[in-house]
Amino acid sequence: MATPADETVIEVRNVSTRFGSAVVHDDVSLAVRRGETFALAGGIGCGKSVLLREIIMLQQPNAGSIRVFGQDTQRISEEEALNLRRRWGVMFQRGGLFTSLTVAENVGLPLREHTQLSDGLIDEIAALKIALTGLPLSAGAKYPEELSGGMRKRASLARAIALDPELLLLDEPTTGLDPLSAAEIDELVRGLKQSLGLTIVMVTHDLDLLWRLADRVAILGYGPMLGIGTMDELSRSDNPIIHQYFYGPRGRSAREQAWKQK
Amino acid sequence: MTTTRPSQQPADADLEITSSQEARCTGNWTSHNLAPLERRLPAIAWPAGNLIIDASPLAAMDTAGAWMLHGIVGKLEGKGRTVTLKGLAPGNETLMRLVASAAAAVPATTAPVVPGVLERVGMGTWQGLVAPTVGIVTFLGESAVALLRSLAQPSRLRWRPILYNVQSAGFNALLITGLLSFLMGIVIAYQGAEQLQRYGANIFIADLVGLSMLRELSPLLTAIIVAGRSGSAYAAQIGTMKVTEEIDALRTIGVAPMELLVLPKMLALMLALPLLTVFADVMGVLGGMIMARAQLAVSFAAFVDRLGDAVSLSSYLIGLGKAPVFAAIIALVGCYQGFQVTGSAESVGRQTTIAVVQGIFLVIVADSLFSIVFSWLKL
Repeated sequence: MATPADETVIEVRNVSTRFGSAVVHDDVSLAVRRGETFALAGGIGCGKSVLLREIIMLQQPNAGSIRVFGQDTQRISEEEALNLRRRWGVMFQRGGLFTSLTVAENVGLPLREHTQLSDGLIDEIAALKIALTGLPLSAGAKYPEELSGGMRKRASLARAIALDPELLLLDEPTTGLDPLSAAEIDELVRGLKQSLGLTIVMVTHDLDLLWRLADRVAILGYGPMLGIGTMDELSRSDNPIIHQYFYGPRGRSAREQAWKQK
Repeated sequence: MTTTRPSQQPADADLEITSSQEARCTGNWTSHNLAPLERRLPAIAWPAGNLIIDASPLAAMDTAGAWMLHGIVGKLEGKGRTVTLKGLAPGNETLMRLVASAAAAVPATTAPVVPGVLERVGMGTWQGLVAPTVGIVTFLGESAVALLRSLAQPSRLRWRPILYNVQSAGFNALLITGLLSFLMGIVIAYQGAEQLQRYGANIFIADLVGLSMLRELSPLLTAIIVAGRSGSAYAAQIGTMKVTEEIDALRTIGVAPMELLVLPKMLALMLALPLLTVFADVMGVLGGMIMARAQLAVSFAAFVDRLGDAVSLSSYLIGLGKAPVFAAIIALVGCYQGFQVTGSAESVGRQTTIAVVQGIFLVIVADSLFSIVFSWLKL
């Protein structure tokens, strides 16, 4: 089936969000195209995660509209919303794994809920997804509390790709991980994207991850959006905050790393 | 974009044997459309000899579909046949390679080992009897040590949480305990009235209500309400703090969780429960008095007059004296169960339930022990 390369998967139009008097988003617009890796970046508390939650219908913006796969998330029937939810996978910041289920059961849950496959096949597919995320075989039988932070993120990723979603949303995929695990996670996401053909939207402030993975980046900043474009374009931006973001001490080293790799 | 997606009305995955050497995959080999084929799979009559699987009519494939195809190929090759896949779209080919590379890590599904009878009895005894007993005795010892240490150094007592707990477990429970005790007084007087009237012993309604409420019912009733209200709250609070690593944080800061979380609750409840019991006594007797006047024409004055003779001071104090013991049981069981929580949300719910059930159970057991001991002492 032919899908036009420039098809828009997510369209955020004029979104504004306020919590009391604090303005989080002011007239933010952006579009994510099929097959690209799009990142939402910015400092702490600038509303990256809030925008992600609005996209996946966990929260409503105060104004503006958000369309996912062409459907307006604010004017959508329960049934359409369910169909939409089956087409994306979400990896939460703290994993969001069900603590009363083992990792294998966590990964198998979307399959059990949404397909009619037999239990045996579901277990095999769950084991396959767990293996794809680089977790050891023994992890499947463990409960989330028995895993380390990095393993929990992988397990969460395995659950997010359980149904082979078209759209994968990652909230802070590398935050709280040691550099080695973080590098593994971004390798993993890159590999999954190549082999499964995913569209990826991630929230992150990990500059290494931005340089290595993101096709395009939107930088949010306490109200209006500060900039959108590729990392190269953004790094030439004369906006003082973006400049600070890229040319602070950590930004510079991440950039040099990225250059060396190219 | 390497995988393709199902069209508007996705056709189910299918596999047909077209000749003695060839099979064709059609439809959507995706997790949503795979189930009918999976059910049919064991019944497919594979031609003997080598086989070519033509995947070119495939509409779409995802990892689940690739896994199934991988499994089919693997099973046939296991029987010594050569299987050739042809016509795979480039994206699906990548997918097949990905699945094949991860397949080595996927275990064959095996039935879990069922432990023998003896093993299960042993495990049950350990987990259900020995471990909890050891645990609660340890906990009791630890709290006793913490209590003695605090009493030796009263400045270590944390008055703010004690007062807060007196308010939340005591003052805030006034309405519900008062109401229930009042109703209980009415019920007892109402049930007794008929019997007493038959013997013309109307005035003994004061004995009936006074003794039963003050000595037995109001301490027990209050303790049961508090076990449900506060015992559960203690377990849930401490349990959640354990899940969110707050307990560990307290330890690292150098604050003993026993001193901050358990002692204030226990002391506060030992203070609040007797006071609540007094209030429940008053309300229960009040209910009985109202009923006595309505049913037996015993005036308030006559009732109160008789009450003084009917209930001895020792009976009243016995009733009141049980309250601190019940309070200690409820607080200790609630806190202990809170500390038994392991990392999951389900475990918070389970331990909270156990806290309430065990709390009420132990309060009633203690009450029966008191009855036996007091009758032995002829009190």
